[in-house]
Amino acid sequence: MKSVMSNKWVISLYVLPSLLLILLLIYIPIVLTGYYGLMDWNGIGKMKFIGLENYIELAKDTKFWQSAWHSLLLGLFSALSLVGYLILSLILASKIKGANFLRKIYLIPMLLSSVAIGQLWAKIFDPTNGMLNRMLVLIGVDNPPLWLADSNIVLYALFFPIVWQYAGFYIIIFYAALKNVPEELIEAAKIDGATSIQIAYKIKVPLISGVIKVMVILAIVGSLKYFDLIFVLTGGGPNGASEVMASYMYTEAFSKYNFGYGSAIGFGLLVICIVATWVIQKLLNTKDVDY
Amino acid sequence: MSRVAIETQKTTLSASYKTSKTLGNKIGYGILYFILGVIAIIQVYPLIWLFLFSLKTNQEVFGMSPFALPQDPQWGNYAKAWTAGHIDVYFFNSVLYTVAAVVITVILASFVTFAITRMEWKLSGLVLGLFMAGYMIPLHSTLIPLFNFFKMANMIDNPMSVILSYVAFNLPITIMILTGFYKTIPREIEEAAVVDGCSIHRIFFQITLPMTVPVLSTTVIINMIYNWNEFVFVNTFLSSDKWKTITVGVNNFVGQYLTDWGAIGATLMISIIPVLIAYFILSDRIVEGIAAGSVKG
Repeated sequence: MKSVMSNKWVISLYVLPSLLLILLLIYIPIVLTGYYGLMDWNGIGKMKFIGLENYIELAKDTKFWQSAWHSLLLGLFSALSLVGYLILSLILASKIKGANFLRKIYLIPMLLSSVAIGQLWAKIFDPTNGMLNRMLVLIGVDNPPLWLADSNIVLYALFFPIVWQYAGFYIIIFYAALKNVPEELIEAAKIDGATSIQIAYKIKVPLISGVIKVMVILAIVGSLKYFDLIFVLTGGGPNGASEVMASYMYTEAFSKYNFGYGSAIGFGLLVICIVATWVIQKLLNTKDVDY
Repeated sequence: MSRVAIETQKTTLSASYKTSKTLGNKIGYGILYFILGVIAIIQVYPLIWLFLFSLKTNQEVFGMSPFALPQDPQWGNYAKAWTAGHIDVYFFNSVLYTVAAVVITVILASFVTFAITRMEWKLSGLVLGLFMAGYMIPLHSTLIPLFNFFKMANMIDNPMSVILSYVAFNLPITIMILTGFYKTIPREIEEAAVVDGCSIHRIFFQITLPMTVPVLSTTVIINMIYNWNEFVFVNTFLSSDKWKTITVGVNNFVGQYLTDWGAIGATLMISIIPVLIAYFILSDRIVEGIAAGSVKG
């Protein structure tokens, strides 16, 4: 038994191809990003070692910190929107009719590519012909906002499609977690005279706090990596008002051919993601509830 | 429990049920359903609006109410998008890359998960951790070295670069989901097979793998959604039109036809419809799959 189930050849055969793939395409590139950051390099010619110059420049680059701040804002927005998603899931999970149908409807935007969503919302936000401003005019707003063209609004405007896209995803996960809460606990609380709001707040939410914690991390770290939708919708504009870390890196590397500096940005993005994950985990480090 | 006791219990239950159905409760439920309904409309209406303007002429889009139905549906917009937009080529490429990457990912992930959860070796925990941590790594931080790597390997503008990247970046989540399921399979069957002298490969292919079919379909669906919608890798690694996928193709096409809303709408609809059809057929599995995949992660 033991010899069959610990045959080293078989283990290597089963694990090595995949391990090689993730080492080659994920882990080695991560290390190389940090290394390329030490180079002056346009992607085609020879690399020239310049030491920490790119990283020093990055530390002083207001555009980078601004884009990091935008990413962080989107992350905080997303974390806040979890409250709304959680309330909706609590309603859906409280055995109301049609809950299954509704959560399937809510999920639909999640299935579409960020590119399709970006192009669709570009039309929705269109200042003169878009759905949003047409509706605003219909209800009597005289000067509706320019949305994506207004650098003061653009970041907040981007939040609409983001909330729209991910609503179904989070609702389904919270719903699944809530369905795992044992029925006896809720029945017992009901007998003790607890209202449904008390049950939700004092029993259900604490019991799924583990899942909520994971979702907070996912929402914030996921937002730090945000790219497709912003690249398609605004390209980081106008005037960098919606630039995020990934779009800044992409433009520097693949449009301006600053591969060395782009790598430094990529490395900065990695470090910020790791630090953010660590900080959130520390902040949320309450003991998991067992049941 | 005697029949009388059951009867009395039933009547008390229905009595308490009736008292809870007061007028206030009804109004409460009314408001609740109203809110839930409004959210459902918000989630779906942009797509209906998209469908409507995909059938309109520019005059209709710009001149009339956004709620108006198309007066003379312009199905020609779809023909235009299909032929002028190379959508047929992009569509085929999307199918090809998605299927290839999904098949390779799910097979490789099954091998890894079997070796990690069912076989005994010292480094299994470490290797599992290595796979899991891949999930947190931002793809964009790897993009420049990957681009350089594929360039050196002469694989830029070669679909293999995209397929391999899909496999590598989807292995973590796939293994994560599979691990949760493999741990629930009882070991007795495999142990019996070993005692009977069955080879390890036969155990994997003929006993364990077939038992994982339900969770395999979940991972297939999640991989399909990711790969079908992927944008960055295709946009970066592939440059010729003949290799591009529907996400990148649609984006480029829409960029060229900035003012022709009908054609843009039709192009977007064509890229969305296959996903929606698949969803309506498989929605239960997709919803369960996303829930299972993420709650375990």
